[in-house]
Amino acid sequence: MSVSKGYVTGVNGNMVNVVFSGQVIKNEVGYIHVGDTRLKSEIIRITDGIASLQVYEMTRGIKVGDEVEFTGELLSVELGPGLLTQVFDGLQNPLPELAEKCGFFLERGVYVDPLPDKEWDFTPSRKSGDTVRAGDSFGSVPEGLFTHQIMVPFTLQGEWKIKTIVGQGMHRSHETICTIENGRGETKDLTMIITQPVKVAIGGYEERVLPDEPMVTRIRVIDTFLPVAKGGTYCTPGPFGAGKTVLQHLTSKNADVDIVIIAACGERAGEVVEILKEFPELTDPRTGKSLMERTIIICNTSSMPVAAREASVYTAVTMAEYYRNMGLDVLLLADSTSRWAQAMREMSGRLEEIPGDEAFPAYLESRIAGFYERAGKVKLRDGRYGSVTIGGTVSPAGGNFEEPVTQATLKVVGAFHGLSRERSDARKYPAIDSLDSWSKYSGIIEKEKVDTAYSFLRRSDEVDSMMKVVGEEGTSLEDYVIYQKGEFIDSVYLQQNSFDPVDSIVSVERQRLAFSVLYDILQSDFAFADKKEVRQFFNELRQRFLDWNSTADGDEKFEERKDAVVSFYTGRRK
Amino acid sequence: MQKVYTKIESIVGNVITVRAEGVRNQDLAEITTSQGTGYANVIKLDGDKVSLQVFKGGQGVSTGDSVRFLGVPMRVSFSDALLGRVFDGAGKPRDNGPELTDNMIDIGGPSVNPSKRITPKHMIRTGIPMIDVFNTLVESQKLPIFSVSGEPYNELLARIAMQADVDIIVLGGMGLKYDDYLFFRNSLEKSGASSRTIMFIHTASDPTVECTLVPDLSLAVAERFALQGKRVLVLLTDMTNFCDAEKEMAITMDQVPSNRGYPGDLYSTLASRYEKAVDFEGAGSVTILGVTTMPGDDVTHPVPDNTGYITEGQYYLRNGRIEPFGSLSRLKQNVNKDTRPDHRALMDAMIKLYSSYKDSLEKRSMGFMMSDWDEKLLKYGVLFENRLMDLSVNIPLEEALDEGWRILAECFEPNETGLRSDLIETYWPKER
Repeated sequence: MSVSKGYVTGVNGNMVNVVFSGQVIKNEVGYIHVGDTRLKSEIIRITDGIASLQVYEMTRGIKVGDEVEFTGELLSVELGPGLLTQVFDGLQNPLPELAEKCGFFLERGVYVDPLPDKEWDFTPSRKSGDTVRAGDSFGSVPEGLFTHQIMVPFTLQGEWKIKTIVGQGMHRSHETICTIENGRGETKDLTMIITQPVKVAIGGYEERVLPDEPMVTRIRVIDTFLPVAKGGTYCTPGPFGAGKTVLQHLTSKNADVDIVIIAACGERAGEVVEILKEFPELTDPRTGKSLMERTIIICNTSSMPVAAREASVYTAVTMAEYYRNMGLDVLLLADSTSRWAQAMREMSGRLEEIPGDEAFPAYLESRIAGFYERAGKVKLRDGRYGSVTIGGTVSPAGGNFEEPVTQATLKVVGAFHGLSRERSDARKYPAIDSLDSWSKYSGIIEKEKVDTAYSFLRRSDEVDSMMKVVGEEGTSLEDYVIYQKGEFIDSVYLQQNSFDPVDSIVSVERQRLAFSVLYDILQSDFAFADKKEVRQFFNELRQRFLDWNSTADGDEKFEERKDAVVSFYTGRRK
Repeated sequence: MQKVYTKIESIVGNVITVRAEGVRNQDLAEITTSQGTGYANVIKLDGDKVSLQVFKGGQGVSTGDSVRFLGVPMRVSFSDALLGRVFDGAGKPRDNGPELTDNMIDIGGPSVNPSKRITPKHMIRTGIPMIDVFNTLVESQKLPIFSVSGEPYNELLARIAMQADVDIIVLGGMGLKYDDYLFFRNSLEKSGASSRTIMFIHTASDPTVECTLVPDLSLAVAERFALQGKRVLVLLTDMTNFCDAEKEMAITMDQVPSNRGYPGDLYSTLASRYEKAVDFEGAGSVTILGVTTMPGDDVTHPVPDNTGYITEGQYYLRNGRIEPFGSLSRLKQNVNKDTRPDHRALMDAMIKLYSSYKDSLEKRSMGFMMSDWDEKLLKYGVLFENRLMDLSVNIPLEEALDEGWRILAECFEPNETGLRSDLIETYWPKER
């Protein structure tokens, strides 16, 4: 492929116009030479012989006539062993290595190899003469907790024959370990590292299948009422201070997946620091190893260049797809997709495109859909399954869900966990508004039972708003009981005590058990003389249930406290 | 590059266009008009057409005026000589001192590598109980003061500037009334705090462009002092004026507005300023306290809304007090566990009781009978407001905690406060 050159003809914010000679590709990467530094940028539009580039760095100091060198390659990430535990920026520069080179600040134009040229213990699974296709594994190396499959690059077309392959032993990740040849006599040298364009979804699997297995988060309101499936998508919109990031951090710690990729996209740097300092200290209950061993962090915080923010979510999802193709369950948490959408809006403005709603570009919806559609559960060629689950937070302006990003996201996700200001102000954690939210996936508990519980919540809410008008006196005893039952579900089941080590993370078995008791209470008819009695009964029952909630499974008091709940309400049944 | 261009092709608002070659993006230029010499910086290049925004504004600029490109971006001098000085939004002296030109540093520099950041863990003492006790300010925190016009937010900032336990104060004023500027200058001088203070002041009558430079100037200087090991507190007032100036310029530049006329990059613009707050490992720190006035007391207005998504909590200043409800320092739990054992518990108990007081107030206004308990709460609320919430109270944290215990003891029996017995044992004032 010929590599073109060009010269700067105009600068507007982080967009640079370049006149080029030769041919260029849309979304190709180019480097702008400013003095001794080279600024990475991507072609986002070509009009009348002028290529418009979005620059992933600050554009200060660029002048008309500066040389631009095109690479002939689309914006890509390097995939290979050594990705896990790393902290990258939106363009896959490892931040700790950058810090070693540059100190406190992110100097522009400094790019570091994302994957170190380390030695790995390679075991081939194919031999010379074998036929392979894109995405086929031809060997593996151990990477921490996982067997990391070394695969044929996903962008190759057709069938290839293995000419040579190295034997079992230590090999460097950048060294050629396999040579393949196709029918036309073209040969390719393969290393452990694949270069994959970020905006091209990784294929190489047999077929996509329906996400049918719940992804357990150990948060009751999610697992029971608003479940997320492995390979599914969900979004968490909420006003500032409602606890979006806290909820994501908890999910990243507790979700029952193999790998978690956290894309901190345009949010506070301090929140990333919390993860960076906390995760290495925490143990993953599934493996007993440090949580960091299953984590990759892509971090493009709010003060880092905007164009790289746009790239960061793609970088993250590409890595997720890569590990999915090894038969692993991957969870991608993007915080926040609104900042990503805003990055698109900024670029669109510079391109002087006709704006849509709230100045977002017209292609906002298709871009959001395209991103979430990269989630999914797939059947691999060897019969195993892998999945990418995507959870994105949305930060709607003014906390109003009617805005374009929230609406476009709601169209494409499978579950919606809306956070409400009222609940977070009332210190109700998690602040998910269960009546507004929904999920299309099946969870850990039979749907009919969950629907019954839901109907109580809904009717309770109705009675509540009625009571605000007619007062408690004007409410019938029957309605009042329904109201109390709804409040009861909220306080003992929907809410969790985040400071309580037992109640803050609840296993599936425990949720099933607690729900069966709760369900029985909802289905029971109680004998009450007046509302005061109702109130007293539910206050006492709540206290007993909460005591039980905070008792660990193995605790000797467990059965006793459970009985304290059960005997109390069964004794009052009609 | 010292060539002088004398053909200005267009003047729109504060933006002028000249044809020139070899000019770099964001370079500074000197423009000489009949009213004197001022600066402009390059904001857009299109072939040989160079767009500049004129700091002093476009008014009175002639198409024949001369533009000289200086070949450097906007800079500010940095040295200890800055201390005690007052500058305007272009970095020129506003006091009678000499212009500083040595050791020029770029403004709006790169962002800090997240992997070099550390968990904030040092409290900043301000002597204001509503901050120290209830929503502790932490080094490297960024916090806005949400307020409305007419509230004494500048008095609050001045008080913090005088009392805060930091090495250096950088005060950035944007769209300040001249009286407010004089108020800041006089109160800092009177208290003796001006020797550790640097002021960048843009007053309401100054050109709009200079307003947008104030945060960058203030933060660039603060960052350098922090790298030298100083603990710097940056006070910015009023960030809504800054955003309005950004809005004005974006509209002049024909940018498509996104929400109530504000540019689409408002979030990034604010974030790149607020994120300058940092604690450097092995050196000093930058802490930012900014005033954001909410037009119409509406927190969903784009400026407070975007600010809230960026900052680590907020203080609400209403009716001359820092509201205990709604105000939140997201980092307070990093530090308030190490101050005094009773700090957290007392904080929670007092706020709970204050919230009950508000309920009682409401009940009373609706004409309900007041119980004994209500009477106790009503007494408590008044004492709390007068002795801790009043902005003129200036006492160290420990004294404020003791005062809190005294107020509780004057109003309640120990078991009515919901505080742990061991704390009551230690701290409940003994009868004399």
